[in-house]
Amino acid sequence: MFDLNELKDKIAVIGVGNTKYGNFPEIDDYGLAAHAFRNAVNDCGIDKNQIDGMLVSRIPYYARMGEVLGINPRWTITLPGHGRMSGMGIIEAASAIASGLCNYAVLLYANIGRSRRVNYGGDESPGTWDPWGFTSPGAAHAMAFRRHMEMYGTTTRQLAEVSVAIRYHACLNPDAVMRNPITIEDHESARFITAPLRLLDYCLINDGAVCLILTSKERAKDFKKPPVMISGFGGQDTFSPSSIANFDMDFWHPAISAAGKQAYEMAGVTHKDVNALMCYDNFSPTVLFSLEGLGFCGQGESGSYVEDGALALGGRLPVNTDGGHLSNSYMQGWALNVEAVRQLRGECGARQIPDCEVVQYVQSTPCTRSIIYTRG
Amino acid sequence: MSYNKPLPRLDTLNKPFWAAAKEGKLLLQHCPACGDTRFPPGPVCPKCLAGDQDWVESSGKGTLESWIDMHRAYWDGFKDDLPYRVCLVRLEEGTVLVSNLVDKTENLRMGAPVKVVFDAVTEDVTLPKFTLV
Repeated sequence: MFDLNELKDKIAVIGVGNTKYGNFPEIDDYGLAAHAFRNAVNDCGIDKNQIDGMLVSRIPYYARMGEVLGINPRWTITLPGHGRMSGMGIIEAASAIASGLCNYAVLLYANIGRSRRVNYGGDESPGTWDPWGFTSPGAAHAMAFRRHMEMYGTTTRQLAEVSVAIRYHACLNPDAVMRNPITIEDHESARFITAPLRLLDYCLINDGAVCLILTSKERAKDFKKPPVMISGFGGQDTFSPSSIANFDMDFWHPAISAAGKQAYEMAGVTHKDVNALMCYDNFSPTVLFSLEGLGFCGQGESGSYVEDGALALGGRLPVNTDGGHLSNSYMQGWALNVEAVRQLRGECGARQIPDCEVVQYVQSTPCTRSIIYTRG
Repeated sequence: MSYNKPLPRLDTLNKPFWAAAKEGKLLLQHCPACGDTRFPPGPVCPKCLAGDQDWVESSGKGTLESWIDMHRAYWDGFKDDLPYRVCLVRLEEGTVLVSNLVDKTENLRMGAPVKVVFDAVTEDVTLPKFTLV
Protein backbone atom coordinates (compact mmCIF):
# COMPACT_ATOMS: atom_id res chain seq x y z
CA MET A 1 0.00 0.00 0.00
CA PHE A 2 1.10 3.52 -0.74
CA ASP A 3 1.28 6.11 2.00
CA LEU A 4 0.26 9.43 0.48
CA ASN A 5 2.24 11.27 3.13
CA GLU A 6 5.43 10.03 1.47
CA LEU A 7 4.74 12.59 -1.27
CA LYS A 8 5.60 15.37 1.16
CA ASP A 9 8.13 17.72 -0.49
CA LYS A 10 8.67 15.35 -3.43
CA ILE A 11 7.07 17.50 -6.12
CA ALA A 12 7.95 21.12 -6.86
CA VAL A 13 6.51 24.01 -8.82
CA ILE A 14 9.36 25.33 -10.96
CA GLY A 15 7.64 27.73 -13.33
CA VAL A 16 4.57 29.96 -13.26
CA GLY A 17 3.10 32.32 -15.81
CA ASN A 18 -0.05 34.26 -16.59
CA THR A 19 -1.46 36.62 -19.16
CA LYS A 20 -2.76 40.08 -18.50
CA TYR A 21 -6.30 39.96 -17.13
CA GLY A 22 -9.23 41.77 -18.72
CA ASN A 23 -11.44 41.75 -21.79
CA PHE A 24 -9.75 40.28 -24.87
CA PRO A 25 -12.32 39.55 -27.59
CA GLU A 26 -9.60 39.33 -30.23
CA ILE A 27 -7.84 36.28 -28.75
CA ASP A 28 -9.11 32.76 -28.05
CA ASP A 29 -8.46 30.22 -25.28
CA TYR A 30 -5.47 28.71 -27.06
CA GLY A 31 -3.90 32.11 -27.62
CA LEU A 32 -4.26 33.11 -23.98
CA ALA A 33 -2.92 29.75 -22.79
CA ALA A 34 0.04 30.00 -25.17
CA HIS A 35 1.04 33.38 -23.72
CA ALA A 36 0.80 32.04 -20.17
CA PHE A 37 2.81 28.99 -21.24
CA ARG A 38 5.58 31.09 -22.77
CA ASN A 39 5.77 33.16 -19.59
CA ALA A 40 6.02 30.04 -17.43
CA VAL A 41 8.69 28.52 -19.69
CA ASN A 42 10.69 31.74 -19.48
CA ASP A 43 10.11 31.89 -15.72
CA CYS A 44 11.97 28.62 -15.15
CA GLY A 45 14.13 28.37 -18.28
CA ILE A 46 12.95 24.89 -19.25
CA ASP A 47 13.39 23.63 -22.83
CA LYS A 48 9.74 23.17 -23.79
CA ASN A 49 10.61 19.88 -25.52
CA GLN A 50 11.42 18.43 -22.10
CA ILE A 51 7.76 18.75 -21.13
CA ASP A 52 6.21 15.29 -21.24
CA GLY A 53 2.98 15.84 -19.30
CA MET A 54 0.06 18.19 -19.99
CA LEU A 55 -3.10 18.92 -18.05
CA VAL A 56 -5.65 21.35 -19.46
CA SER A 57 -8.76 22.86 -17.88
CA ARG A 58 -11.38 25.05 -19.59
CA ILE A 59 -9.49 24.60 -22.86
CA PRO A 60 -11.62 23.11 -25.64
CA TYR A 61 -9.30 20.45 -27.11
CA TYR A 62 -6.10 19.13 -25.55
CA ALA A 63 -4.65 17.98 -28.90
CA ARG A 64 -5.01 21.42 -30.47
CA MET A 65 -3.37 22.85 -27.35
CA GLY A 66 -0.43 20.49 -27.83
CA GLU A 67 -0.23 21.46 -31.48
CA VAL A 68 -0.30 25.18 -30.65
CA LEU A 69 2.52 24.79 -28.13
CA GLY A 70 4.49 22.29 -30.22
CA ILE A 71 4.60 19.65 -27.50
CA ASN A 72 3.85 15.91 -27.60
CA PRO A 73 3.57 14.66 -24.01
CA ARG A 74 3.33 11.05 -22.86
CA TRP A 75 0.75 12.00 -20.20
CA THR A 76 -2.25 14.18 -21.13
CA ILE A 77 -5.47 14.82 -19.24
CA THR A 78 -8.43 17.20 -19.62
CA LEU A 79 -10.44 18.56 -16.74
CA PRO A 80 -13.73 20.41 -17.21
CA GLY A 81 -13.84 24.18 -16.86
CA HIS A 82 -15.19 24.16 -13.32
CA GLY A 83 -13.37 26.29 -10.80
CA ARG A 84 -12.82 23.45 -8.44
CA MET A 85 -10.51 21.77 -10.98
CA SER A 86 -7.41 23.81 -10.08
CA GLY A 87 -6.70 22.08 -6.79
CA MET A 88 -7.68 18.75 -8.28
CA GLY A 89 -5.45 19.28 -11.31
CA ILE A 90 -2.35 20.17 -9.29
CA ILE A 91 -2.80 17.08 -7.12
CA GLU A 92 -3.34 14.92 -10.23
CA ALA A 93 -0.19 16.28 -11.87
CA ALA A 94 1.86 15.79 -8.69
CA SER A 95 0.77 12.17 -8.45
CA ALA A 96 1.45 11.60 -12.16
CA ILE A 97 5.02 12.84 -11.67
CA ALA A 98 5.44 10.80 -8.48
CA SER A 99 4.36 7.64 -10.27
CA GLY A 100 6.61 8.23 -13.25
CA LEU A 101 3.85 8.90 -15.78
CA CYS A 102 5.71 12.08 -16.70
CA ASN A 103 8.73 14.07 -15.51
CA TYR A 104 7.70 17.62 -16.32
CA ALA A 105 3.99 18.47 -16.23
CA VAL A 106 2.54 21.66 -17.66
CA LEU A 107 -0.86 22.74 -16.33
CA LEU A 108 -2.85 25.14 -18.48
CA TYR A 109 -6.04 27.06 -17.78
CA ALA A 110 -7.70 29.72 -19.94
CA ASN A 111 -10.94 31.67 -19.52
CA ILE A 112 -12.63 33.82 -22.16
CA GLY A 113 -15.83 34.34 -20.19
CA ARG A 114 -15.67 38.12 -20.08
CA SER A 115 -15.37 38.85 -23.78
CA ARG A 116 -17.88 36.09 -24.59
CA ARG A 117 -20.41 37.40 -22.03
CA VAL A 118 -20.75 34.31 -19.87
CA ASN A 119 -23.51 34.71 -17.24
CA TYR A 120 -22.98 31.66 -14.99
CA GLY A 121 -26.73 31.15 -14.70
CA GLY A 122 -29.98 30.74 -16.61
CA ASP A 123 -30.05 28.60 -19.74
CA GLU A 124 -26.23 28.31 -19.75
CA SER A 125 -26.44 25.94 -16.81
CA PRO A 126 -29.86 24.25 -16.73
CA GLY A 127 -30.89 22.80 -13.40
CA THR A 128 -33.73 21.15 -11.54
CA TRP A 129 -34.83 24.38 -9.86
CA ASP A 130 -35.02 26.64 -12.92
CA PRO A 131 -38.86 26.76 -12.86
CA TRP A 132 -38.62 28.50 -9.47
CA GLY A 133 -35.95 30.89 -10.76
CA PHE A 134 -33.16 29.42 -8.64
CA THR A 135 -29.99 29.57 -10.70
CA SER A 136 -26.33 30.67 -10.54
CA PRO A 137 -23.56 29.83 -8.07
CA GLY A 138 -24.04 33.25 -6.46
CA ALA A 139 -27.61 32.40 -5.50
CA ALA A 140 -26.43 29.16 -3.89
CA HIS A 141 -23.81 31.03 -1.86
CA ALA A 142 -26.41 33.62 -0.84
CA MET A 143 -28.62 30.77 0.38
CA ALA A 144 -25.72 29.39 2.43
CA PHE A 145 -24.75 32.78 3.85
CA ARG A 146 -28.34 33.50 4.92
CA ARG A 147 -28.19 30.27 6.94
CA HIS A 148 -24.90 31.39 8.46
CA MET A 149 -26.46 34.71 9.45
CA GLU A 150 -29.44 32.95 11.02
CA MET A 151 -27.45 30.26 12.80
CA TYR A 152 -24.51 32.30 14.09
CA GLY A 153 -25.54 35.95 13.90
CA THR A 154 -22.95 36.73 11.23
CA THR A 155 -23.53 40.17 9.69
CA THR A 156 -23.05 41.59 6.22
CA ARG A 157 -20.66 44.17 7.71
CA GLN A 158 -18.49 41.26 8.84
CA LEU A 159 -18.79 39.72 5.40
CA ALA A 160 -17.67 43.05 3.95
CA GLU A 161 -14.31 42.62 5.71
CA VAL A 162 -13.51 39.83 3.24
CA SER A 163 -14.11 41.96 0.13
CA VAL A 164 -12.41 45.03 1.64
CA ALA A 165 -9.22 43.17 2.65
CA ILE A 166 -8.96 41.39 -0.69
CA ARG A 167 -9.53 44.64 -2.61
CA TYR A 168 -6.78 46.26 -0.53
CA HIS A 169 -4.43 43.55 -1.78
CA ALA A 170 -5.53 44.11 -5.38
CA CYS A 171 -4.60 47.78 -4.97
CA LEU A 172 -1.03 46.59 -4.21
CA ASN A 173 -0.97 44.33 -7.28
CA PRO A 174 -0.18 46.24 -10.49
CA ASP A 175 -1.71 43.44 -12.60
CA ALA A 176 -5.08 43.27 -10.78
CA VAL A 177 -8.29 44.16 -12.62
CA MET A 178 -9.93 46.14 -9.78
CA ARG A 179 -7.60 48.68 -8.20
CA ASN A 180 -9.83 51.27 -6.54
CA PRO A 181 -10.00 50.88 -2.76
CA ILE A 182 -13.35 50.04 -1.15
CA THR A 183 -14.72 50.41 2.36
CA ILE A 184 -17.27 48.52 4.43
CA GLU A 185 -19.73 51.32 3.62
CA ASP A 186 -19.14 50.81 -0.11
CA HIS A 187 -19.91 47.12 0.36
CA GLU A 188 -23.07 47.84 2.33
CA SER A 189 -24.38 50.29 -0.27
CA ALA A 190 -23.55 48.22 -3.37
CA ARG A 191 -26.56 46.90 -5.26
CA PHE A 192 -27.99 43.52 -4.38
CA ILE A 193 -27.47 40.73 -6.88
CA THR A 194 -28.98 38.02 -4.71
CA ALA A 195 -29.81 39.30 -1.25
CA PRO A 196 -28.16 38.99 1.19
CA LEU A 197 -25.23 39.15 -1.28
CA ARG A 198 -24.31 42.36 -3.08
CA LEU A 199 -22.16 43.20 -6.07
CA LEU A 200 -18.95 43.34 -4.01
CA ASP A 201 -19.53 39.80 -2.71
CA TYR A 202 -19.29 38.48 -6.27
CA CYS A 203 -16.07 37.59 -8.07
CA LEU A 204 -15.04 39.20 -11.33
CA ILE A 205 -15.62 37.69 -14.74
CA ASN A 206 -12.56 38.35 -16.90
CA ASP A 207 -10.42 36.78 -19.59
CA GLY A 208 -6.94 35.43 -18.97
CA ALA A 209 -4.82 32.32 -18.66
CA VAL A 210 -2.51 30.74 -16.12
CA CYS A 211 0.24 28.14 -16.42
CA LEU A 212 2.22 26.14 -13.87
CA ILE A 213 5.10 23.75 -14.51
CA LEU A 214 5.77 20.95 -12.01
CA THR A 215 8.54 18.40 -11.67
CA SER A 216 10.19 16.19 -9.07
CA LYS A 217 12.32 17.59 -6.27
CA GLU A 218 15.51 16.20 -7.81
CA ARG A 219 14.88 17.67 -11.27
CA ALA A 220 13.70 20.97 -9.79
CA LYS A 221 17.27 21.96 -8.90
CA ASP A 222 18.18 22.49 -12.56
CA PHE A 223 16.06 25.58 -13.15
CA LYS A 224 16.33 29.34 -12.82
CA LYS A 225 14.50 29.92 -9.58
CA PRO A 226 14.35 28.16 -6.23
CA PRO A 227 11.64 25.49 -6.37
CA VAL A 228 8.50 25.78 -4.29
CA MET A 229 7.58 22.47 -2.71
CA ILE A 230 4.18 20.84 -2.55
CA SER A 231 4.40 19.79 1.08
CA GLY A 232 0.90 18.54 1.68
CA PHE A 233 -2.50 18.15 0.14
CA GLY A 234 -5.90 16.72 0.92
CA GLY A 235 -9.33 16.37 -0.58
CA GLN A 236 -12.93 15.58 0.19
CA ASP A 237 -15.91 15.66 -2.15
CA THR A 238 -19.52 16.41 -1.16
CA PHE A 239 -21.77 15.30 -4.01
CA SER A 240 -25.11 15.49 -2.24
CA PRO A 241 -26.96 17.73 -2.92
CA SER A 242 -25.57 18.16 -6.43
CA SER A 243 -29.02 19.10 -7.73
CA ILE A 244 -28.64 22.20 -5.54
CA ALA A 245 -25.37 23.09 -7.21
CA ASN A 246 -22.61 24.85 -5.25
CA PHE A 247 -24.46 24.45 -1.98
CA ASP A 248 -23.98 22.53 1.23
CA MET A 249 -26.22 22.67 4.31
CA ASP A 250 -23.15 22.54 6.58
CA PHE A 251 -21.04 25.07 4.63
CA TRP A 252 -18.78 22.15 3.55
CA HIS A 253 -17.41 22.18 7.11
CA PRO A 254 -16.89 18.39 7.32
CA ALA A 255 -15.19 18.31 3.91
CA ILE A 256 -12.93 21.31 4.56
CA SER A 257 -11.92 19.87 7.93
CA ALA A 258 -11.10 16.52 6.34
CA ALA A 259 -9.13 17.98 3.43
CA GLY A 260 -7.31 20.39 5.74
CA LYS A 261 -6.43 17.65 8.22
CA GLN A 262 -4.91 15.51 5.46
CA ALA A 263 -2.91 18.45 4.12
CA TYR A 264 -1.65 19.53 7.55
CA GLU A 265 -0.67 16.00 8.54
CA MET A 266 1.16 15.39 5.29
CA ALA A 267 3.02 18.71 5.49
CA GLY A 268 3.69 18.39 9.23
CA VAL A 269 2.28 21.83 9.97
CA THR A 270 -0.86 23.25 11.58
CA HIS A 271 -2.97 26.25 10.68
CA LYS A 272 -0.82 28.25 13.14
CA ASP A 273 2.18 27.85 10.83
CA VAL A 274 0.38 29.28 7.80
CA ASN A 275 1.73 32.70 6.75
CA ALA A 276 -0.92 33.29 4.10
CA LEU A 277 -4.10 31.62 2.93
CA MET A 278 -5.02 31.53 -0.74
CA CYS A 279 -8.73 30.90 -0.54
CA TYR A 280 -11.07 30.23 -3.46
CA ASP A 281 -13.21 33.38 -3.24
CA ASN A 282 -15.85 32.93 -5.92
CA PHE A 283 -18.16 34.64 -3.43
CA SER A 284 -17.08 36.28 -0.19
CA PRO A 285 -18.93 33.83 2.13
CA THR A 286 -16.69 30.99 0.90
CA VAL A 287 -13.80 32.64 2.72
CA LEU A 288 -15.72 32.53 6.01
CA PHE A 289 -16.63 28.88 5.48
CA SER A 290 -13.00 28.04 4.68
CA LEU A 291 -11.62 29.73 7.81
CA GLU A 292 -14.02 27.70 9.95
CA GLY A 293 -13.42 24.42 8.15
CA LEU A 294 -9.64 24.69 8.39
CA GLY A 295 -9.81 25.52 12.08
CA PHE A 296 -8.54 29.10 11.98
CA CYS A 297 -11.62 29.75 14.12
CA GLY A 298 -14.48 27.73 15.53
CA GLN A 299 -17.61 26.92 13.53
CA GLY A 300 -19.78 30.02 13.41
CA GLU A 301 -16.96 32.31 14.61
CA SER A 302 -15.62 33.53 11.27
CA GLY A 303 -17.63 36.76 11.42
CA SER A 304 -15.77 38.05 14.45
CA TYR A 305 -12.48 36.47 13.29
CA VAL A 306 -12.35 38.63 10.15
CA GLU A 307 -13.18 41.94 11.83
CA ASP A 308 -10.81 44.91 11.92
CA GLY A 309 -8.91 43.97 8.79
CA ALA A 310 -7.74 40.58 10.03
CA LEU A 311 -7.41 39.23 6.49
CA ALA A 312 -5.29 42.11 5.14
CA LEU A 313 -1.50 42.18 4.95
CA GLY A 314 -0.23 42.83 8.45
CA GLY A 315 -3.39 41.29 9.92
CA ARG A 316 -3.61 37.96 11.67
CA LEU A 317 -4.02 35.96 8.45
CA PRO A 318 -3.39 37.59 5.07
CA VAL A 319 -5.84 36.09 2.55
CA ASN A 320 -5.54 36.28 -1.25
CA THR A 321 -2.62 38.69 -1.41
CA ASP A 322 -3.01 39.07 -5.18
CA GLY A 323 -6.59 40.32 -4.85
CA GLY A 324 -8.20 36.93 -5.38
CA HIS A 325 -11.18 36.25 -7.62
CA LEU A 326 -13.02 39.16 -6.06
CA SER A 327 -10.57 41.83 -7.26
CA ASN A 328 -7.54 40.44 -9.13
CA SER A 329 -8.75 37.92 -11.67
CA TYR A 330 -11.28 35.13 -12.06
CA MET A 331 -8.78 32.39 -12.84
CA GLN A 332 -10.78 29.80 -10.87
CA GLY A 333 -8.12 28.98 -8.30
CA TRP A 334 -5.18 28.69 -10.69
CA ALA A 335 -3.91 32.24 -10.13
CA LEU A 336 -4.15 31.76 -6.35
CA ASN A 337 -1.77 28.82 -6.62
CA VAL A 338 0.59 30.99 -8.69
CA GLU A 339 0.39 33.68 -6.01
CA ALA A 340 1.33 31.09 -3.37
CA VAL A 341 4.46 30.28 -5.39
CA ARG A 342 5.36 33.95 -5.87
CA GLN A 343 4.93 34.71 -2.16
CA LEU A 344 7.26 31.86 -1.24
CA ARG A 345 9.81 33.08 -3.80
CA GLY A 346 9.59 36.61 -2.40
CA GLU A 347 8.52 38.10 -5.74
CA CYS A 348 5.44 40.02 -4.59
CA GLY A 349 6.79 43.55 -4.17
CA ALA A 350 4.42 45.84 -2.28
CA ARG A 351 2.21 42.92 -1.28
CA GLN A 352 5.02 40.62 -0.15
CA ILE A 353 4.57 38.87 3.19
CA PRO A 354 7.83 39.14 5.15
CA ASP A 355 9.58 35.82 5.86
CA CYS A 356 6.90 33.87 4.07
CA GLU A 357 7.49 30.13 4.57
CA VAL A 358 4.13 28.34 4.48
CA VAL A 359 1.23 29.19 2.15
CA GLN A 360 -1.98 27.21 2.06
CA TYR A 361 -4.44 27.00 -0.84
CA VAL A 362 -8.02 25.90 -0.22
CA GLN A 363 -11.11 25.54 -2.41
CA SER A 364 -14.29 24.98 -0.43
CA THR A 365 -16.58 23.55 -3.07
CA PRO A 366 -18.33 20.25 -3.82
CA CYS A 367 -14.77 19.09 -4.56
CA THR A 368 -12.88 20.53 -1.63
CA ARG A 369 -9.09 20.50 -1.91
CA SER A 370 -6.25 22.05 0.03
CA ILE A 371 -2.57 22.27 -0.89
CA ILE A 372 0.26 23.43 1.35
CA TYR A 373 3.29 24.99 -0.30
CA THR A 374 6.63 25.68 1.38
CA ARG A 375 10.03 27.01 0.36
CA GLY A 376 12.31 24.43 -1.21
CA MET B 1 -49.67 36.78 -22.38
CA SER B 2 -47.78 33.53 -22.78
CA TYR B 3 -45.78 32.16 -19.87
CA ASN B 4 -42.10 32.92 -20.45
CA LYS B 5 -40.34 31.48 -17.42
CA PRO B 6 -38.47 28.19 -17.62
CA LEU B 7 -40.66 25.10 -17.41
CA PRO B 8 -39.64 21.78 -15.90
CA ARG B 9 -37.90 19.37 -18.24
CA LEU B 10 -40.04 16.27 -17.97
CA ASP B 11 -38.40 12.87 -18.19
CA THR B 12 -39.44 9.33 -17.39
CA LEU B 13 -38.19 9.66 -13.82
CA ASN B 14 -39.80 12.97 -12.80
CA LYS B 15 -43.13 12.69 -14.69
CA PRO B 16 -45.10 11.40 -11.67
CA PHE B 17 -43.99 14.42 -9.59
CA TRP B 18 -45.35 16.90 -12.14
CA ALA B 19 -48.53 14.94 -12.81
CA ALA B 20 -49.27 14.90 -9.08
CA ALA B 21 -48.46 18.61 -8.66
CA LYS B 22 -51.17 19.31 -11.24
CA GLU B 23 -53.58 17.44 -8.94
CA GLY B 24 -52.45 19.45 -5.92
CA LYS B 25 -50.24 16.76 -4.43
CA LEU B 26 -46.55 16.98 -3.49
CA LEU B 27 -44.83 13.67 -4.17
CA LEU B 28 -41.40 12.48 -3.11
CA GLN B 29 -39.55 9.60 -4.64
CA HIS B 30 -39.38 6.85 -2.03
CA CYS B 31 -37.38 3.69 -1.53
CA PRO B 32 -39.60 0.74 -0.48
CA ALA B 33 -36.48 -1.09 0.71
CA CYS B 34 -34.98 1.48 3.10
CA GLY B 35 -37.52 4.31 3.32
CA ASP B 36 -35.31 7.06 1.92
CA THR B 37 -37.14 9.94 0.24
CA ARG B 38 -35.83 12.53 -2.21
CA PHE B 39 -36.40 15.01 -5.00
CA PRO B 40 -35.19 15.14 -7.76
CA PRO B 41 -35.67 11.42 -8.36
CA GLY B 42 -32.87 9.04 -9.27
CA PRO B 43 -32.64 5.71 -11.09
CA VAL B 44 -31.67 3.85 -7.90
CA CYS B 45 -31.83 4.61 -4.17
CA PRO B 46 -28.62 6.50 -3.31
CA LYS B 47 -28.67 4.96 0.20
CA CYS B 48 -29.19 1.24 -0.55
CA LEU B 49 -29.05 1.09 -4.39
CA ALA B 50 -32.46 -0.62 -4.63
CA GLY B 51 -33.76 -0.24 -8.18
CA ASP B 52 -37.52 -0.22 -7.77
CA GLN B 53 -38.43 3.19 -6.45
CA ASP B 54 -41.97 4.43 -5.86
CA TRP B 55 -43.58 7.70 -4.78
CA VAL B 56 -45.17 8.83 -1.51
CA GLU B 57 -47.23 11.92 -0.86
CA SER B 58 -45.58 14.49 1.40
CA SER B 59 -47.57 16.17 4.14
CA GLY B 60 -46.49 19.42 2.47
CA LYS B 61 -45.45 20.74 5.87
CA GLY B 62 -41.91 21.76 6.66
CA THR B 63 -39.61 24.42 8.01
CA LEU B 64 -37.73 27.28 6.39
CA GLU B 65 -34.02 26.45 6.14
CA SER B 66 -32.98 29.57 4.21
CA TRP B 67 -34.18 32.15 1.70
CA ILE B 68 -32.81 34.66 -0.78
CA ASP B 69 -34.17 37.52 -2.86
CA MET B 70 -33.12 37.40 -6.49
CA HIS B 71 -32.44 40.92 -7.78
CA ARG B 72 -31.17 39.78 -11.16
CA ALA B 73 -33.23 38.02 -13.83
CA TYR B 74 -31.27 35.28 -15.59
CA TRP B 75 -34.42 34.70 -17.68
CA ASP B 76 -36.45 37.58 -19.13
CA GLY B 77 -39.62 36.04 -17.71
CA PHE B 78 -38.53 36.94 -14.18
CA LYS B 79 -37.80 40.63 -14.93
CA ASP B 80 -41.19 41.88 -13.82
CA ASP B 81 -40.99 39.89 -10.57
CA LEU B 82 -37.71 41.36 -9.30
CA PRO B 83 -36.84 40.94 -6.56
CA TYR B 84 -38.38 37.50 -6.19
CA ARG B 85 -37.94 35.14 -3.28
CA VAL B 86 -36.48 31.65 -3.41
CA CYS B 87 -36.56 29.43 -0.33
CA LEU B 88 -35.02 26.26 0.96
CA VAL B 89 -37.53 24.07 2.82
CA ARG B 90 -37.01 20.93 4.87
CA LEU B 91 -40.14 18.82 4.69
CA GLU B 92 -41.38 16.77 7.62
CA GLU B 93 -40.19 13.71 5.70
CA GLY B 94 -36.63 15.09 5.85
CA THR B 95 -36.28 15.94 2.17
CA VAL B 96 -34.97 19.40 1.32
CA LEU B 97 -36.51 21.29 -1.61
CA VAL B 98 -35.82 24.57 -3.35
CA SER B 99 -38.98 26.54 -4.09
CA ASN B 100 -40.52 30.00 -3.90
CA LEU B 101 -41.80 31.54 -0.69
CA VAL B 102 -44.90 33.45 -1.71
CA ASP B 103 -44.85 35.75 1.35
CA LYS B 104 -43.31 39.20 0.83
CA THR B 105 -42.62 39.93 4.51
CA GLU B 106 -39.12 40.82 5.74
CA ASN B 107 -40.01 39.23 9.05
CA LEU B 108 -38.58 35.78 8.38
CA ARG B 109 -36.52 33.42 10.48
CA MET B 110 -34.85 30.10 9.95
CA GLY B 111 -37.02 27.31 11.29
CA ALA B 112 -40.31 29.09 10.57
CA PRO B 113 -43.08 26.60 9.76
CA VAL B 114 -44.25 26.58 6.15
CA LYS B 115 -46.68 24.59 4.05
CA VAL B 116 -47.02 23.85 0.37
CA VAL B 117 -49.32 25.81 -1.95
CA PHE B 118 -49.87 25.06 -5.61
CA ASP B 119 -49.45 27.62 -8.38
CA ALA B 120 -50.86 26.53 -11.76
CA VAL B 121 -48.53 28.56 -13.97
CA THR B 122 -49.70 27.02 -17.26
CA GLU B 123 -52.39 24.61 -18.35
CA ASP B 124 -49.92 21.74 -17.99
CA VAL B 125 -47.57 22.83 -15.20
CA THR B 126 -48.28 23.48 -11.55
CA LEU B 127 -45.38 24.56 -9.33
CA PRO B 128 -45.39 23.58 -5.67
CA LYS B 129 -44.52 26.71 -3.69
CA PHE B 130 -44.52 27.48 0.03
CA THR B 131 -46.14 29.91 2.41
CA LEU B 132 -45.65 30.73 6.09
CA VAL B 133 -48.08 28.91 8.35
